[in-house]
Amino acid sequence: MAFLEVKNLHVEVEDKKILNGLTLSVEKGQVAAIMGPNGSGKSTLAYVLAGKDSYKVTEGDVLLDGDSILEMAPDERAAKGVFLAFQYPVEVPGVATMTFLRTALNAQRKTRGEAELSTPEFMKLVRDTSGHLGINQEMLRRAVNVGFSGGEKKRNEILQMAILRPRLAVLDETDSGLDIDALKTVAEGVNRLRSPERSMVLITHYQRLLNFIVPDVVHVMAKGKIVKSGGKELALELEAKGYAQFSGEAA
Amino acid sequence: MKADVRAIKTPAEQALSAAFATVRGTLPGKGAVAAMRDGAFRRFDTLGLPHRRVEEWKYTDLRALMRDLYPLAPAPDAAARARAKNAGKLLAGVECRRVVFVDGTFTPELSDLAPEPGVTIGSMSEALGKGDPLVTAHVGHTFATDDVAVALNTALMGDGAVIHISAGAEPKLPINLIFATGSDKPTSAFVRSLVVVEKGAKATIIETYESGDAQVNAATELVVGEEAQVDYIKITQARALHVASLLGSIGPRAHFNTFAFTAGSSVARNQKFIRFAGEGTKAGIRGVSLLRGKDHVDTTLLIEHAAGHCESREQFRTVLDDESHGVFQGKIVVKQHAQKTDAKMMTRALLLSNEAEADNKPELEIFADDVVCGHGATAGALDPGLKFYLMSRGIREKEAEALLIQAFVGETIEEIAHEGIREALMIASLKWLGTRG
Repeated sequence: MAFLEVKNLHVEVEDKKILNGLTLSVEKGQVAAIMGPNGSGKSTLAYVLAGKDSYKVTEGDVLLDGDSILEMAPDERAAKGVFLAFQYPVEVPGVATMTFLRTALNAQRKTRGEAELSTPEFMKLVRDTSGHLGINQEMLRRAVNVGFSGGEKKRNEILQMAILRPRLAVLDETDSGLDIDALKTVAEGVNRLRSPERSMVLITHYQRLLNFIVPDVVHVMAKGKIVKSGGKELALELEAKGYAQFSGEAA
Repeated sequence: MKADVRAIKTPAEQALSAAFATVRGTLPGKGAVAAMRDGAFRRFDTLGLPHRRVEEWKYTDLRALMRDLYPLAPAPDAAARARAKNAGKLLAGVECRRVVFVDGTFTPELSDLAPEPGVTIGSMSEALGKGDPLVTAHVGHTFATDDVAVALNTALMGDGAVIHISAGAEPKLPINLIFATGSDKPTSAFVRSLVVVEKGAKATIIETYESGDAQVNAATELVVGEEAQVDYIKITQARALHVASLLGSIGPRAHFNTFAFTAGSSVARNQKFIRFAGEGTKAGIRGVSLLRGKDHVDTTLLIEHAAGHCESREQFRTVLDDESHGVFQGKIVVKQHAQKTDAKMMTRALLLSNEAEADNKPELEIFADDVVCGHGATAGALDPGLKFYLMSRGIREKEAEALLIQAFVGETIEEIAHEGIREALMIASLKWLGTRG
């Protein structure tokens, strides 16, 4: 069985059907790209995997490492290894980034029955990780994402991912709003985290991100389900032909 | 003039009248002070306790909330003093000069009265009794108000602190006035304090009110001199009924910061009447209130910019759980000649329960034409988006909520200059959060 199994998933938001029987498998260590037009349900899939409660699953299941996660609260899913890099990272006024990282890491460790990290261990971990992403001490002292630029927010997401070391990372439109330099920094950060022990789902509208993070497989999503799967060359085909062939309307 | 439109007095009003008649002859102060008491009492006698049809008391109906008057507290005996020995624990870790009042009475044996140049600390009752010129000059004259709670305090004021900081003096330690309950029976007290900080002096003064089953009506008059720097902090943990009035007159080019921290209080009203009497002053008027159960906490401000070129920041945050009720009324008045006033008021209420209620009433009354003034008020629950973000990182729901609440109050507590006090209030907030159901 694959590490992530999404089976015939039907999801509604405020009585509006968004996912219509989505089925998807992501192998352990695999990087899967999910591409699709706006409104195809890509972000909904990301939120449902992370456990946002405004999304109502009416049918189907999501298995992580063989266990259904649909009844789990977001924090339990995180402790089990799920991480969502938000398309629009939230500003958390009053909570210093450093405090936030440490609280999150230790909470996960506690849930998993692991010992909390000591202050020096934690400081070293953050130091070793933040440098690559161009995140300095000043940013770490500031409140989470408050006053951060779009690029800083995205780099902060990758920093969290690097510190929390998830087994399944879902990156929701991580490329949106980034200029080419910021995109490269973020992509390098993600590539450093590629590992046989870590599966990734890259959600993107554009092929551009996939030049920097080369996926193992590409899935095309339209109208709430996966409509085509293939290798990385599928992304190039989409770039050339557009999504019209899947949306059922002439471009 | 209609002298009295009310036919019936409540038991509390009758008891207040009876108490005044009984103690009038023994209250400290003669001549002008006695006349001031009589005048203030007549005001109360005419109007009665403030109630919901009095605009300033609309949300805190004192007539309904105060069913009866507890007996006036007697001078504390040895047992009462012993019970109050550990009062003021919240700031136990902060090095302060502690001045203790038990059941409203100055208690030298529990106080640190070591002499310090430029600092005079004494008892209000004594000062009123001997006609201390500082008291005669200021008590009742700092801020003219018709408020009935202030009038009652003036009529019945017993003891309290008189602090004088001479020009240019800088007391080494913050001065912590601790008003504690010692009596094991319900009592009431009317405390009046006067703090005069002269030109260029620099002081941190804290009032801590820790009361058990006691009704406390406290009023403090604060005179801040030219170029003085004053941090004035009030900590309130009052289990029964607490009405406190700060009457302030702030001189030119002063730096004045005040902060009110209220937690674990059943019925508390903090009213502040502050006038900027000279140009070029910068002031921060802030507070945090933490409410649960059926707590009722009211913050009412009347900030008067009577001189130009002053900057004031009013920032208040309230956390409300269970069926608690929070009130914020903030009025900023800018007089016609107070040009270049810069005043910003912001109040935010965080509702943790559907049954909690927050009333916000900001008001600006501007008569000058060249000013920058603004106000904002929000009331809402914890942002579900923020909570989800934190939980998606592995933080448990209760912990995520605690972190967000802590941040909510922390942003205001952070403004306190004194590190030790800042930390003590942060810890007190965490403790309050820790006992959340």
